Amino acid sequence: MRHRVIAAATVIVAVLCAAGPARAQDTGARSRPSVVATPADSTLEARTTAVASALRCPVCQGESIQDSPAQLAQDMRAVVRDQLRAGKTPDEIRAYFVSKYGEWILLEPAMRGLNILLYAFPVILVVGGLALVVFLVRRWSKPEANT
Amino acid sequence: MNWKRAIVAMFAAVPLIALFAYGFTRDPRDIPSPLPGHDAPAFALAVFAPGEPPFTRPVGDTIRLRDLAGKVTVVNFWASWCLACRDEHVTLSETARQYAGRPTQFVGVLYNDRPAAGLRWIADMGGQSYPSVADDRSRTAIDFGLFGVPETFIIDPTGRIAYKHIGPISASVLRHWIDSLVPIPAAGDTVRQPSVR
Amino acid sequence: MIGLLAHNALLVSLFTVALGAVITPIAIRSGRRDWLQLTYGAVYTNFLLVSIATVSMVVALVTHDFSVSYVAAVGSRSTPLLFTIISLWGALEGSILFWAWVLALYAAAVVWIHHRRPGNLVPYAAMTLLAVAAFFAVLLAGPANPFLPVSPVPADGPGPNTLLQNHILMAVHPPLLYLGYVGMSVPLAFAVGAILSNEAASNDWAILSRRWMLASWGFLSAAIIAGMWWSYEVLGWGGYWAWDPVENASFLPWLTATAYLHSVMVQERRNMLRLWTLNLCVATFVLTILGTFLTRSGILSSVHAFTTGTIGYYFLAFIAIVLVATLVLVAGNSDRIRTRGNLGGAASRETVFLLNNLFLTAVMLTVLVGTLYPLVAEAMRGVKVSVGEPFFNRMAVPAMVALIFLMGVGPALPWGSTTWANARQRLLPPTIGAVVLGAIAVIAGARSVYAILAFAFVGYAAMANLREYWIGMRARHRAHGEGWPTALARLIGGNRRRYGGYVAHIGALLVALGITASSTFRTEREATLLPGETLTVAGHTVRLKNVWGREEPQRSVIGATLDVLGKDGAVIGTVQPRMNYYRVSDQPVPTPDVRSSPRGDLYVNLTAFESNGANATVKVIVEPLVPWIWFGGMVIVLGAVIGLFHRGRRTAAPSTIAVAAPEPEPALAGTDS
Repeated sequence: MRHRVIAAATVIVAVLCAAGPARAQDTGARSRPSVVATPADSTLEARTTAVASALRCPVCQGESIQDSPAQLAQDMRAVVRDQLRAGKTPDEIRAYFVSKYGEWILLEPAMRGLNILLYAFPVILVVGGLALVVFLVRRWSKPEANT
Repeated sequence: MNWKRAIVAMFAAVPLIALFAYGFTRDPRDIPSPLPGHDAPAFALAVFAPGEPPFTRPVGDTIRLRDLAGKVTVVNFWASWCLACRDEHVTLSETARQYAGRPTQFVGVLYNDRPAAGLRWIADMGGQSYPSVADDRSRTAIDFGLFGVPETFIIDPTGRIAYKHIGPISASVLRHWIDSLVPIPAAGDTVRQPSVR
Repeated sequence: MIGLLAHNALLVSLFTVALGAVITPIAIRSGRRDWLQLTYGAVYTNFLLVSIATVSMVVALVTHDFSVSYVAAVGSRSTPLLFTIISLWGALEGSILFWAWVLALYAAAVVWIHHRRPGNLVPYAAMTLLAVAAFFAVLLAGPANPFLPVSPVPADGPGPNTLLQNHILMAVHPPLLYLGYVGMSVPLAFAVGAILSNEAASNDWAILSRRWMLASWGFLSAAIIAGMWWSYEVLGWGGYWAWDPVENASFLPWLTATAYLHSVMVQERRNMLRLWTLNLCVATFVLTILGTFLTRSGILSSVHAFTTGTIGYYFLAFIAIVLVATLVLVAGNSDRIRTRGNLGGAASRETVFLLNNLFLTAVMLTVLVGTLYPLVAEAMRGVKVSVGEPFFNRMAVPAMVALIFLMGVGPALPWGSTTWANARQRLLPPTIGAVVLGAIAVIAGARSVYAILAFAFVGYAAMANLREYWIGMRARHRAHGEGWPTALARLIGGNRRRYGGYVAHIGALLVALGITASSTFRTEREATLLPGETLTVAGHTVRLKNVWGREEPQRSVIGATLDVLGKDGAVIGTVQPRMNYYRVSDQPVPTPDVRSSPRGDLYVNLTAFESNGANATVKVIVEPLVPWIWFGGMVIVLGAVIGLFHRGRRTAAPSTIAVAAPEPEPALAGTDS
């Protein structure tokens, strides 16, 4: 419940603090150029998106910090971007967030320990299932009819 | 009706039901923090609310965590839009004053808010005895693994986080932790004596 | 007054269904079959009583009768009429009432249609439905009572959850969902009825269940698509599926129901897979109860979760009883139910259906385990973990891509086996579709293997299904000289189940295409604009015109108007994303505006604004082919409707079943394998 209030309040603040005092306002200029991202930062953006998509927003319901409009999510995204710019690897960035928020912050459990079973399970299902189907089709295709 | 097979099959339901029953004892929204027991993240933030004597710090001054070593530090994250923060405001201000003579330091950290709004809030609430700093872009909040406000961290004199409190903190909890960490001034005795309540 | 009337009606209904359920085995065992009229009477009476309660609730909501606890909780004088009516299902107690009503409706329909069938199957099926109804009646009498008296009577209420008042689809998604979910009780009732009446060794229960399962499946498909659409239009992040636990819970029974719809065909044609099909039928029902349990118990945190209370414990007890009862019944009778048959050969449609069932089951189990894993991890390791979108995309999507491929293979292969040469000849032509769509995807910039495969398979399967139509129409055209439209109509009319199925496939392929295209080629950009400034994303340009505000009875609306500019800079449209500030909530609901075209959506969300209206921060997302998802959903429903009107063989009378069933008397059975 508290987190809903927090999320709500976060959105309000995001709304109310839109431009912030830091931005210089140049009113009256109707001939401003359109806002288009430059190619130079598109790779950094793509990498930020990739890492941010796997981190959970602490004040939302299951959204990633990439998808969430909440202010905290955007701030965390900025942290990811800055760390990438500073040369950190995605693993290091993930480890940083885990050290602050716990494993819960990862949208995909680390492939370690008990979690390995979680990942192995679908693979075993499909492989085993295919083997089973092959076996059954063979058995049920024998010329002699069973009852 | 093959009863033997039926009974065996019935037991297949047990793990699932047990898991659900277990689920009732847990709160999915309660995420334990990994920070207590570890060194507090370093921060250096600028004061925007000076606080009141004897804790006053000039606006624009930088409060650094490492300068606070040797004292018990109470770091409280708050915001002017946070309704629950109102509940604990007086408690924190008063407790700070009560521990004035002891090696403690209270610091408020503004989270996701504008300092102007924070100052207005402090004025509305009748003042804040200790200084508050502004956390630009929530860097320190993220360093502390913040989920929202209010959250209070109690850091021991060696710089380790002893306790994290989620939600408005009460006077008794606050005092209990500070007392258990602060050296009790005894005549000529400098050995730390944690008190346990 | 009205609350008291309705509450009493519900109490009487509890007594009625309990009586009806208990009297059934007594009537049958003692041979007093005239007592079965009480069973059927209980079903009709229950429908009448629950209808009274439901209508009373709607009246209470519309007249703002705040002396009724549910109305006091979700009603408000400032909520528009439509949303007041649909707040019937917006919160916990009302949703339980609505569920009970839909169940009563289905039970009454089942009895009305099937009561003349001789034998014990229908009576036992009615008993099962009455037993399920009894559970919901207990809830309504106790923890989920929406008719508690409130005193003193408040003058106004808070209104429904603000997220639920924001979009018209809220009128559509829950009723469809309940019609789907609850409808899956009917095949289960027939299956249980068949076991209890010793008819499980025939295929009759499956034939009886078929239309009910198809109808429920159609409703559930529509409900899931409507839910995705609602989420897309309301939640503001431009997505339509988040692998949220409750979303998953609605997906799980859909998967097993789809598997059932295919395996039941093998059961009917080959008299095989009967035990497996029955298990699917039971699993589908159990998963619907599981879904409603997860929504209401609070053990998993979710966007959807209703407020929690003691009701979770009731649901847990109910799941336990249902699981144990069905496991005991099915396992104890498995020998009798089981079939042994002959496929004839590997290159057959039956084999494809086996594979279809395998992958559907694999996806279902993967999603189930993934959804429950946080609980398991906490129980075993004491650590909270998250299992979210990246996991499901990685582990469940590959099997789903395989299913797309199978949708093209199945229709091409005939029933019964065929030679590999013949199979090759049938399976090769659609490859053109695969190559074309795969090439388009690569040219358009797709690089992920799964995305390219998905596109290629969509092309393959679409062409395969369309080819089936083409081949059939061409044959009719040549043989009977029919014009193409007549040939099409007669073709479908001759075998509505098959061609309805192909239509449903095409619908599913459109959905798959929309999902794959919008996730592979989506672009987004966020910027703060002054009036007159433009933002360009993937060739689409918007220009901010102004920021405005408006007052409505239940909310304040802040919006931004943006012109959509065409290639030459001319204004070709407008979008008006808004923030809705409901008076009762401090949380604004961001309401994006979506400009749809067959090529895709221009999705604009207002994320921030300066309070004096000087600028607005908008997020613009270009989502290719998303409208195909909603359109594909409608095509799926069309396919289901066509299949429902199939003129198949009538159900066999019990006398022929007794002849066909080879099992010996129960006293002699019990030989284990």
